Amino acid sequence: MAELLAPVVRRHLLSIGDLEREDVERILDTATSLARSLGREVKRLPTLRGRTVINVFYESSTRTLASFELAAKRLSADTMSIRSDGSSVEKGESLKDTALTLAAYGPDVIVIRHPSIGAAQLVSRLTDAHVVNAGDGKHQHPTQALLDLYAMREALGRLDGLHVAVVGDVQHSRVARSLVQALALVGARATLVGPPTLLPPGIEALGCAVSTDIGAISDADVVYALRMQRERMAPGEAFLPSLREYTALYGITPERVRAGQVVMHPGPMNRGVEIDPRVADSAVALVTDQVRAGLVVRMAVLYDVVAQRPVREREPVAGERERSDASPVLTGTPDAA
Amino acid sequence: MILVCRNGRADTLTLEGRVVAPAQGIDERLRVTVDDGVIVRLEPGGDGSLAIVPGFVDPHVHLRTPGREDEETLATGTAAAAAGGYCAILAMPNTDPVVDSAAVLGSLVERAREEAVVPTGFMAAITQGQRGEGLSEMAELAEAGAAAFTDDGRPVESAAVLRQALRYSELTDRPLALHCEELALSRGGHVHEGTVSAELGLGAYPSLAESVMVERDLALAALEERRVHLMHLSARESVTALERALASHVPATAEVTPHHLVLTDDAVRTLDPNVKMNPPLRAADDREALRDALRRGAISCIATDHAPHARHEKEVPFEEAPFGVTGLETAFASLYTRLVLPGVVSLETILERLSAGPARAFGLTEPRIEVGARANLAVLDLEAAWTVTEDGFRSRSVNSWLLGETLRGRVVRTIADGREVFAA
Repeated sequence: MAELLAPVVRRHLLSIGDLEREDVERILDTATSLARSLGREVKRLPTLRGRTVINVFYESSTRTLASFELAAKRLSADTMSIRSDGSSVEKGESLKDTALTLAAYGPDVIVIRHPSIGAAQLVSRLTDAHVVNAGDGKHQHPTQALLDLYAMREALGRLDGLHVAVVGDVQHSRVARSLVQALALVGARATLVGPPTLLPPGIEALGCAVSTDIGAISDADVVYALRMQRERMAPGEAFLPSLREYTALYGITPERVRAGQVVMHPGPMNRGVEIDPRVADSAVALVTDQVRAGLVVRMAVLYDVVAQRPVREREPVAGERERSDASPVLTGTPDAA
Repeated sequence: MILVCRNGRADTLTLEGRVVAPAQGIDERLRVTVDDGVIVRLEPGGDGSLAIVPGFVDPHVHLRTPGREDEETLATGTAAAAAGGYCAILAMPNTDPVVDSAAVLGSLVERAREEAVVPTGFMAAITQGQRGEGLSEMAELAEAGAAAFTDDGRPVESAAVLRQALRYSELTDRPLALHCEELALSRGGHVHEGTVSAELGLGAYPSLAESVMVERDLALAALEERRVHLMHLSARESVTALERALASHVPATAEVTPHHLVLTDDAVRTLDPNVKMNPPLRAADDREALRDALRRGAISCIATDHAPHARHEKEVPFEEAPFGVTGLETAFASLYTRLVLPGVVSLETILERLSAGPARAFGLTEPRIEVGARANLAVLDLEAAWTVTEDGFRSRSVNSWLLGETLRGRVVRTIADGREVFAA
């Protein structure tokens, strides 16, 4: 029972590894209620009125930044976004100083994307804000994994028992790492498929199967294509002989997609490389559903880190985690759009 | 004169306690009388809970001088050594400028005579500027007092250059201390290649990057019949290669750090830059192999690889942080707490590998507790518990992997070359 007395610390979303199954389910359920309420002509909820969300992006981003900004606004939070270009980062300001500077404005949430692994952890140690990791190097992109689960659940009606084949450059993919962990949490199965040089040794420890044969996707309910980056072919890197050979071996073509499968991609897509345009534009592709999911899931995450009790600092006690569920989000008078 | 320090008056004092000197087979209660820096009397009957042990010798310390005196100076680094129970240390030459000429070495030796609290030896670079190409003037450097030669921080990439260095070092009678790393395999690597690197997405630095160079360097040492010392071993495969070479009488010694003996790459999951070092923390079976080799004596030295870094350089995302952690002030306590108390490695083995082992590997006088010997002693309170905090260090840097940890066993007094250099 000593756990009950553990100090309550600020809650962050740094890695899927910090979550339990019920955390994931709670966030997805919150997102579902948010989607429902947003569908009803209500474009803005008062949930985070008076709260401040700062987005700090050290890498380019379209959908992640746009959806975090929009998510904060839809929850009535004050929000602002800082990009590394055009900010003091260009003058050589360290991440620590930028974080302390922004923290001085008293934000409730700092959303950070950074090219280096450990950036979100560093910010969480330096500030009192709730920190949401919007991607740190090749490590984690937890909100992407959550929105992917949400889109899968919407499309297929369940997560438990699903089989997801993740195809492509696993080695360099924070999306793959986060997704595989998230799938394991909700009882889904993952198979990583790609050329041997892009499957990191030891990755099966995440609880997934690994294959170098594209035929391994045939058994999957979901085929998840990862973005292939051209710099992997750079001299001295030598992960792949050519994009042409990659596409021939691992491209997601209509011929390789079985009836009943859905296809996902985190974007931005390289049409004609990892995904055939005929697949990308077909009804089996959930790419725009993923983007839509991004908005509601990020709303749910912002709400969750601010409003929910901390995870991981203690073991859940029987009965304690009974549904405090999503309904509080929807209390109060919705603002008119 | 390999070891130099500040001149001062030799001390006269009496110590009492359990004298543990494994290299001499002593473990008994004694009263030790030191007169004018020399042990003059050992009598039975010492009281008290303290242990009196031969002073420690650290063959691998970065004093960051010249060039990065903001991180460590001869004064602060040797004060840290004194607080850690060390009576002798060897400093690495990867400074700015590199210690690759008698001029730079000479000025360091001079400064050490002013500033160094404990006897300090300076290694010189194997190659000019540690660039791995032309040899440094090894004969002149040895003449000027170089303790050994190393390009530590980098490997000697070319086998041909290392071979020439081994042959030429015959003129010096000093060992080459080798940092074994195949850069083509470790490039972009931050942590051990394994499940943790795969999970975290961090660039992998496989065991093979070390062991393939260990194999190469031992083959060259065997061919040239020259003495080599393998620095900071981390991988099981390296230990296997070392033991095979020792069995065929290759003249090699090796060291291991406290952090590689205590931690595994599991610690990296915190993404705390203070567990980022080169070579990286490896898997549990690697750690087991290192502990075994330490017990058997194939690895005869514990070396801290004390690597101070400025605070702002470590307060960055893990991936951007430089390699290296401090260790002089925590070495004994970390090993005592994590290895001796749980019964993993005996106190005798730890004490021997902290003192006589490294002294022998580098041809230094072994600290001995015997009548007529210069007093080189550490006094340990094995009952004491203490917490590692930033403000508790004498080192100028605080990048310790033990911050916040409570350790057992504390150095309370250090006598180096006949002088008391530390008293808690």
